[in-house]
Amino acid sequence: MSVATQAPGAQLPGDDKAQRSNWLVDLFVEYRSIGVLLVLVIVVVLTSIDNYRFVSVTSLQQLVSGAAIIALLGIGETLVMVTGNYDLTVGSVLGLSAYAVGDIFQHNQHFPIPLVFLIALGIGLACGIVNGAVVTMARVPSVVVTLGMLYVIRGIDAVWAGGNEVGAASLPGRFVEIGYGTIADVPYLALIAVVAVGIAALAVRTYRTPREFYATGSNPVAAELAGVPVRKRVFTAFVISGAIAGVAGALWLSYFATVDSTAGSGYEFLTLAAIVVGGVSVFGGSGSIIGAALGVLLVNTMDSALVVVKVSSSWDEAFQGALLLAAIVFNRFVTVRRTRELRTRNMSHVK
Amino acid sequence: MTDGDTHPDDPTGSYQGAAPQREGGQSVGDVQTVAADGASASGLGSQEPVLVLEHASKSFGALRALQDVSLSLYAGEVQGLVGENGAGKSTLVKILAGAYRFESGHLFLDGEEKVFETTAQSRAAGIAIIFQEPLLFPDLSVAENIFMCRQPLRSGRRVDVRRMRREALALFESLGVTLSPDRLAEGLSIADQQLVEIVKAVAADARVMVMDEPTAALTATEVERLFKIVNMLRDKGTAVLFISHRMDEVFALCQRITVLRDGRLIVTKPMAEMDEASVIQAMVGRDLGTLFPERTASTGDVVLKVEHLTSLGAFTDISFEVRSGEIVALAGLAGAGRSEVVRSIFGIDRRDAGRVEVNGRELPSGVPSAAMEAGIGFVPEDRRQQGVLMNLSIERNIALPSLSQVAAHHLVPRGSEKRFAADWVSRLRLKYGRMNHPVATLSGGNQQKVVLAKWLARHPSLLIVDEPTHGIDIGTKAEVHRLLAELAAQGVAILMISSEMPEVLGMADRIVVLFEGRISGVFSREEVDQEVLMRAASGLANRAAS
Repeated sequence: MSVATQAPGAQLPGDDKAQRSNWLVDLFVEYRSIGVLLVLVIVVVLTSIDNYRFVSVTSLQQLVSGAAIIALLGIGETLVMVTGNYDLTVGSVLGLSAYAVGDIFQHNQHFPIPLVFLIALGIGLACGIVNGAVVTMARVPSVVVTLGMLYVIRGIDAVWAGGNEVGAASLPGRFVEIGYGTIADVPYLALIAVVAVGIAALAVRTYRTPREFYATGSNPVAAELAGVPVRKRVFTAFVISGAIAGVAGALWLSYFATVDSTAGSGYEFLTLAAIVVGGVSVFGGSGSIIGAALGVLLVNTMDSALVVVKVSSSWDEAFQGALLLAAIVFNRFVTVRRTRELRTRNMSHVK
Repeated sequence: MTDGDTHPDDPTGSYQGAAPQREGGQSVGDVQTVAADGASASGLGSQEPVLVLEHASKSFGALRALQDVSLSLYAGEVQGLVGENGAGKSTLVKILAGAYRFESGHLFLDGEEKVFETTAQSRAAGIAIIFQEPLLFPDLSVAENIFMCRQPLRSGRRVDVRRMRREALALFESLGVTLSPDRLAEGLSIADQQLVEIVKAVAADARVMVMDEPTAALTATEVERLFKIVNMLRDKGTAVLFISHRMDEVFALCQRITVLRDGRLIVTKPMAEMDEASVIQAMVGRDLGTLFPERTASTGDVVLKVEHLTSLGAFTDISFEVRSGEIVALAGLAGAGRSEVVRSIFGIDRRDAGRVEVNGRELPSGVPSAAMEAGIGFVPEDRRQQGVLMNLSIERNIALPSLSQVAAHHLVPRGSEKRFAADWVSRLRLKYGRMNHPVATLSGGNQQKVVLAKWLARHPSLLIVDEPTHGIDIGTKAEVHRLLAELAAQGVAILMISSEMPEVLGMADRIVVLFEGRISGVFSREEVDQEVLMRAASGLANRAAS
């Protein structure tokens, strides 16, 4: 719950009373994003005290580039989660698309780069359409559907790639440039992610269709009654998530410059954990794009920080899991607080 | 009154049509410009009905939920719809909402025939249903709740947030209430949620508003405000169908009343031609006098003896006895500690002081299995949560507490549960599809019978029933009462909690009244009336125990 959900309630001057109490509710609602930002600052400060090189340009560039790819996945995953669903295929779609791009360049280094991105998009779209269709038509819980799809897509990837690995030597320089290039020390990837997050955050506040995503996740029965084409909206969310994951696959390859059949494995979990840390509700109906992006940044920063303070990387997964649990408990806590706050505040008055 | 005599096809009069001329907010039932009417359109004066339902029928399997029901609603009227649970009100509402489709019949809106395949179509046609428990988006703002799918747009198909907020404010203003359109719907009281639903309906230009027991969860002030709003809507020309169990509300608010019974239309009449007794008679189809069974208590030995029972913070120094063949009622207001006392007797909660004896043997504190062993059966208040396992079959539910009887060597042979349960099902006249259907498929009253059967099968010497007829229809209520009376006649001691004064007075041999966790009076059936009981329950009188 945060910026996005709140948006259409933006205030006008006047109606002083509503304004004042609403400001308090807003603070509660914003709480999570502010909290995430606060923790982020603390982690960065503490880690750089331990090792000043943590805030060096190279180290920060690496950090945001890695976070950028997860942040892109996070946009799609957030859209799916606010409709009350889960997309567990984002990592495998990214992997499949990354390998597909690598395979194309392996056979033809001069393949046009824009076309490569279109193909990556197409692969993502196809996966998203299948996910969305199965979830909405078979009316099976999306966790189960996308868990199955996760393995199906991974399986296709494994059969296709076999033991093959596409290395940097097979990739055209201008393609790899996308992953490594910078403008004024800011990596392209980070810029892409910032623009994408900005557009998504704005769109989610502004247009009817994404508002209906929130309505669907908040109360599907009420959404149906209000005339929201619930299944269509869920389908759309899955397609968008798939499409983004497809494009992210190409970007991933441009950054890591080497790909085999295991590319992006575990990313679905990483993405999910990060956006939940960012305040996206696991029950659907609430969560902001900006919050999700901040969550991604925090989780990635913590990961890097652990390396810097020399915690064995074997701990990574345990740590991410613990962070996810902590975030869910924290979200629950905020929800309970907020509900109590809302119960006592701003009731109607008979004139 | 029988089913046929005021059938819509031979209306008792005609509807003269004009919307009642009056100022808003005035108490209703005084002005009667509206003459009698069935649903027949033949005698119409100046006005056509907004909504006409003709000869609608709907069945669920063998159950005929709605049979040939006709109904008309006029702009500017509030029509009451009453009937027992299971009379077909919900089915009717769902047909109007587009959630069910009738098998035969016609629905006209402004003279044009409509067929709804989805609830959205019904909404779009201008019918709004206000449910007892409103359906909102808790995560979205009040303004968004009102305008979802209909948000005002500005250039580039963007949602015009400011206008949406302004319009929401104006709508609340027009109904004379202030509710911030910015706050989230989460945490709104039921009354305010209904308000949002009503404003939503007004924003969508609904001409027909169906209110399904809107007052069930409201406080008196909230009901008053709702009435004001309903009257305001009526004056603006909305047709309102108002469903309620509370007679006083129907009489205060409605111009006409329609009574359903067993899925049939019994009568539609102007309010002035009906009084409470005639409405209830039409609903029940029998005299109320026969509601409680005649019984003469022949009491035997003391079965339950409670001495100085105390649970800190809940109740203090409770002492009473229940004899074999006797029905003792624990009366009092909600929160007086009645349920806590029986929970403590049964051992669900531990007691802090005092003794509980069953047939002369003391029960340990906080051990329900010991209470069951000693012959206590307990029918809890919250049937859905505590009384039955909704997803298990009827036979399983009934056999569950008696598994040691049913089982052979710790195994439950196939069919043994069914054989065990069959006897009880027929003795309690349970209405069911099949014995292996889940209890959830039964009506509330029949679910309660399953709970009763479950405990009766253990042949208890003491049966504790907490609000045994809460939320079940009048017909089944009478059967539960008959059953309790029969059990008492067979020598079972019965301890009954009830909030319904007539039930207490009609059933109990002795009445123990609690007030704030203490006994404020013990009465025998003959020496009390409703007023005396109310005084004791309110802590006003403090008579010595008899």
